[in-house]
Amino acid sequence: MYRYDEYDQQIVDERVKQYSDQVRRRLSGELTEEEFMPLRLQNGLYMQIHGYMLRIAVPYGLISSQQMRMFAHIARKYDRGYGHFTTRQNIQFNWLKLQDTPDILADLASVQMHAIQTSGNCVRNITSDEFAGVAQDEVADPRPYAEILRQWSTFHPEFAFLPRKFKIAISGGKEDRAAIYAHDIGLAVTKNAQGEVGFRVLVGGGLGRTPIIGTEICEFVPWQHILTYVESILRVYNQYGRRDNKYKARIKILVKALGIDEFKRQVEADWVDLKDGPGTLTREEVDRVASFFTDPAYETLLDHDSKLNEFKADSRSFSHWLQRNVRSHRVPGYAIVVLSLKKPGNAPGDATAEQMDFVADLADRYSFGELRITHKQNLVLADVRQKDLVSLWQEASAYELTTPNIGMLTDIISCPGAEFCTLANARSIPLAKLIAERFESLDFQYDIGEITLNISGCVNACGQHHIGNIGITGVEKKDHDEWYQVSIGGAEGNDSSISKIIGPSFTFSQVPEVIERLVQVYLRERIEAERFIDTVRRIGHAPFKDHVYATAFIAQDEEITDKHVVLPAQYEVPYFSPRF
Amino acid sequence: MIIKNKAIVADDWTVLRLQESEAAESIQVTTGKVIVPLKVWQAQRDILQQRKEIGVWLASDERPEALKDDIGKFTVIAVDFPKFSDGRGYSIAFNLRARLGYTGELRAIGDVLRDQLFYMQRVGFDAFAPRPDRKIEDALKGLSDFSEVYQTSFDPKLPLFRRVQRKGNQAESSQ
Repeated sequence: MYRYDEYDQQIVDERVKQYSDQVRRRLSGELTEEEFMPLRLQNGLYMQIHGYMLRIAVPYGLISSQQMRMFAHIARKYDRGYGHFTTRQNIQFNWLKLQDTPDILADLASVQMHAIQTSGNCVRNITSDEFAGVAQDEVADPRPYAEILRQWSTFHPEFAFLPRKFKIAISGGKEDRAAIYAHDIGLAVTKNAQGEVGFRVLVGGGLGRTPIIGTEICEFVPWQHILTYVESILRVYNQYGRRDNKYKARIKILVKALGIDEFKRQVEADWVDLKDGPGTLTREEVDRVASFFTDPAYETLLDHDSKLNEFKADSRSFSHWLQRNVRSHRVPGYAIVVLSLKKPGNAPGDATAEQMDFVADLADRYSFGELRITHKQNLVLADVRQKDLVSLWQEASAYELTTPNIGMLTDIISCPGAEFCTLANARSIPLAKLIAERFESLDFQYDIGEITLNISGCVNACGQHHIGNIGITGVEKKDHDEWYQVSIGGAEGNDSSISKIIGPSFTFSQVPEVIERLVQVYLRERIEAERFIDTVRRIGHAPFKDHVYATAFIAQDEEITDKHVVLPAQYEVPYFSPRF
Repeated sequence: MIIKNKAIVADDWTVLRLQESEAAESIQVTTGKVIVPLKVWQAQRDILQQRKEIGVWLASDERPEALKDDIGKFTVIAVDFPKFSDGRGYSIAFNLRARLGYTGELRAIGDVLRDQLFYMQRVGFDAFAPRPDRKIEDALKGLSDFSEVYQTSFDPKLPLFRRVQRKGNQAESSQ
């Protein structure tokens, strides 16, 4: 993986100094909260319900064992012993004190990490394919370009105060595993007829209040020109994106308003002046960065270790795990292992400090000291010898990391929801638990097969509910109760689509029954190996809607006095918290 | 006082801001060194361009291309930041410098605070009028927050990868 040189390190160290001084000025009252807010946000620091939340960047989801141990250290020293991995391949700590955050950043800088631009109206952390470099269908490795884009976007002077946040995702496989259609800019590394590397560029995708699938702006931008092309897109957006209404400020609204042809014309009119200029990438720079992403020292091995098959026959659990959580690797004798953070009963994406230390050890012993964080909130060991799978599985099972549910109903993607987040209308994590516990039976899950279920506590869509086969969104009604909208038909990847709401919203305790009824229709209607999403596309929403609303719901909701403080808040409240 | 070329200096320019009741065509521009709104410049161009020294300022929703044919006529061009968070002025400055070739004083006015200054100087601003309720000495410090940057903008002209020899993976090259 990429390692900082003295320039990278200096920039991050100076950032720690700058940020520490900003915190000092805030604490002394020199900065008002209004002035401090955009500064702390550009550093991923939110003021949440129980404390300050810090979002730490994990560039394109790639992390070393040493960095993972630092997360464990932060969880223990400054937080409550756990962290939350997010749909943007980052990690969040929820219970921090403002005064501690400069020290946390200094700790992070010591392992080549930071929280730069993990929030705010700027270019956010670049996300990518969690199987980059090891996937069998890879056209070209996206990681060097992801790193080059990371450096280019870090403290870009012109684009720090955009109309709204800006997310770039990059994928290099034939199958898109980075949800590039759901990003402000989506890049697919590709090759033209001459075998030259370039990018298919999508623009104007995004979720949130107005979910839109990205549109192709250019079929092929040669690799040399990708930075200047992205720069021109951002410059047009910075000048003309709406700033009068934050709900209409994302680039997708500008692209829709102008139309893709006019938007492209403006971008390329700007680009003409930059093309072949100093921002053009050089072969030397791409090669330099790519030198950090070469193959580890793979052994020459054969596929299908015989001991593996023996054990598989003996152990049903192992066999399930192999089937669901282990993926083919492009190198013979190796496998990609997905460690599930979705054990029913646990908060999706949460890991304890003990689990973090443990997976760091696993990475050291089994996967060249590296891990990946997926946008589906799981962890990946990308380079495991097939002959190590049994022992890895046995060890990881003791830490509740082997639930064989990847891509299944209980592999729920969820935002933190109303217990943690000031934006949320409704709780997400308890709902995810309720659903996961109801469908915990593996036989039932395996019968249902491949399905995605995404929960967002509000319309901002951190749980990416619009691209879930089943999407759940917390909505607030006048009486401040929590209600959930259920939608179906969303998907990510090459056949991305936005889900549609099935009808009137539901109470908390009704939702699992709604899911059950949706599944019943699928099981009744499916043809052969059809997935849930295929059936929805074939038969449409009506049969699902009819069945869900046909009979009354029995479940009774418990009275919740304040959904935001269900967790006991015996805790020092945040500095100038809006809620206390 | 303003910050100019990384130093605190006295300043004798006045920024003219139109009140709601005032019209660009009829406002009387006082004598002396005045930075007028773009609208006033456009309405009174014939008279104003006879002055020895004149400045103009752009609002964040105005286009620098409006000054294309006049760019050599100004001693100072200012860009207004109505709010800290309105980033259009950065692209305006970049376009004034890089596209329109403006070489005179480029001044940031309005909600200009310490933590924006580093970015502002990189897109081409060389003068800053920090908000008057803050210590200008503190604002000056903002210009030196970082000693190195990755990407090109108006300053520097070359990205880091073209300016210095950066090392690739050492473990790799030693193999």
